[in-house]
Amino acid sequence: MKLNRRKFLGTATATAASLSASMVMATGHGKPKVVVIGGGAGGATAARYIAKDSKGAIDVTLIEPTRTYYTCFFSNLYIGGFRDMASLGHSYGTLAAEYGINVVHDWAVGVDRDAKTVSLAGGGSMPYDKLILSPGIDFVDGAVPGWDLSSQNKMPHAYKAGSQTELLRAQVLAMPQGGTYAMVAPPNPFRCPPGPYERVSMVAHLLKETNPTAKIIIADPKAKFSKQALFQEGWADHYDGMIDWVGEDFGGGNVVVDPHAMTLSIDGEVTNVDVCNVIPAMKAGRIAEIAGVTDGNWAPVNAADMSSKADGDIYVLGDASSQGDMPKSGFSANSQAKVCANAVRGALTGSKVFPAKFSNTCWSLIDTNDGVKVGATYEATAEKIAKVDGFISKTGEEAAVREATYTESVGWYAGITADMFG
Amino acid sequence: MYDPARLLQMFVAVAFLLTATTAISGDAARGKRVFSKCAGCHQIGEGAKNKVGPHLNGVFDRKAGSVDGFPYSKSMRRAASGGLVWHADSLNAYIENPRVLISGTRMSFRGLKSAQDRDDVLAYLRDFSDKPSDIPEADPTAQQTDHAVDPAILAIQGDPEYGQYLSGECTTCHQVSGGDQGIPSITLWPEDIFVTAMQAYKNKTRAHPVMQLIAGRLSDEEIAALAAYFRDLED
Repeated sequence: MKLNRRKFLGTATATAASLSASMVMATGHGKPKVVVIGGGAGGATAARYIAKDSKGAIDVTLIEPTRTYYTCFFSNLYIGGFRDMASLGHSYGTLAAEYGINVVHDWAVGVDRDAKTVSLAGGGSMPYDKLILSPGIDFVDGAVPGWDLSSQNKMPHAYKAGSQTELLRAQVLAMPQGGTYAMVAPPNPFRCPPGPYERVSMVAHLLKETNPTAKIIIADPKAKFSKQALFQEGWADHYDGMIDWVGEDFGGGNVVVDPHAMTLSIDGEVTNVDVCNVIPAMKAGRIAEIAGVTDGNWAPVNAADMSSKADGDIYVLGDASSQGDMPKSGFSANSQAKVCANAVRGALTGSKVFPAKFSNTCWSLIDTNDGVKVGATYEATAEKIAKVDGFISKTGEEAAVREATYTESVGWYAGITADMFG
Repeated sequence: MYDPARLLQMFVAVAFLLTATTAISGDAARGKRVFSKCAGCHQIGEGAKNKVGPHLNGVFDRKAGSVDGFPYSKSMRRAASGGLVWHADSLNAYIENPRVLISGTRMSFRGLKSAQDRDDVLAYLRDFSDKPSDIPEADPTAQQTDHAVDPAILAIQGDPEYGQYLSGECTTCHQVSGGDQGIPSITLWPEDIFVTAMQAYKNKTRAHPVMQLIAGRLSDEEIAALAAYFRDLED
């Protein structure tokens, strides 16, 4: 149920597509105000659903620094050559023009919970009645000895999509014949549990075409990982002998990198590497910590509505939240956003609030037309979001099933991005 | 002695439980205290090793009899080759009375008769297996609810006295004591689970010819009355 486009174009031309920070002013009229920080799978979805379903009764502001949002999901497929970067980029124009959302391209740098305002890097502040934080992830300082953000150009993380992803693919293509690609995998919990292993699959796919004698090493602090049997079966089938996974039992968690020498030490054994994809330990996007709603690395929330356990007027969605059983994924964030939007509208306008229902599915591509998936349904308990039931692709599935799974994932991408950006 | 028919019967019993009473709604902190009954033989947590019994890290979603280096009984190995995997349901059945599920198990334990104790200790054990947030395919931590039942039917307040009268038909097969030898216990079930299960037999979405017959001629009010009676039944 979209709002009338003309109505918003008529009244909001000055603030339509991308309001610059200097133009932001608090307005004095009486509509309830929702400010959303972060325009990814959680924030964009929440902003869109609140605007769409409140039919203009709630003022919605979305604060997101980037003009074009590149989805982290499917960015591995860009590395493998299955998508181009442009197909992963999305503008906020429709959210502004068709849904009347005040899209502010700036960084939120402060939250005053008493005054209920958000301050922006470009100056000015935004008042809110309800604040939704969906800032995604940042990296834990010092998580991988030898690596910090100043080394991310030599040793990219490529775990926030965009230039980092393009850099990593370029580095893989520039590897010498027979060279070594290394990945330092992150500890739990982290964004997209199958993500590092899909990435390795996509790098292997690219290397098989361009550099078939190259090697891949994964240093992993974990003893096991999601879809492990499926990935390892696929690696043996498609990339026999190319990929070496070093788990916790073999010292995979004891790593040191040297970005200048381009070396990786695993449990004391130093290897020269040509590409080193360092994915450090993660934490909630920094604004969650600034707002004072984190406990440790993440922001605890109530399962029924995603409200912060520290402040009932703040909600935390997606990767940044600590909610229980859901994996940190775009699908999860999108699912949580709809529950949150329903609750926020109910709180501000008295609309009917329905019981929370959550779901998630993670698709991964192992090689051309070889897709696998894992999914589950969840419910809100007093304590957490709890897993109710689930499924996972089977090892040894027929090629037609895997191809159908991949096709389904392409359809999902189109669906979720339409759900986020209109 | 190995009797395939008996083993099959046991698995049917477990399958019953699987669709009806999966729940890790227990209190893990209390479960830790209950676990003191197990700790003489089983270790759990960081550095846990096999002792008299196998260590219990990662027991959820683990194939029965599969911890490296532990000398399992023949019965346990047979159950494993028959496909027994430890989930909330099968663990619940096993710790209620080990020999009912695995007749020749070497686990010398009389079992936990209290459903609350079992819930609590399972909640404690669950914390040492994979988390669904890290490994999405890991075992569920919540109970599956069947939303197919009309909320109006679930909302019917049953009359336990009437339920007691009707229960004569049930207790011919289902032991009031909660005993579970081939036919599952139905005592002390939460009402909504009881009603959901009975409605599923009534509309034949749940397979069991006898139960379909019994449930098929009970009205919604009668099912609610039985649920109210069995909820609080003490033997």
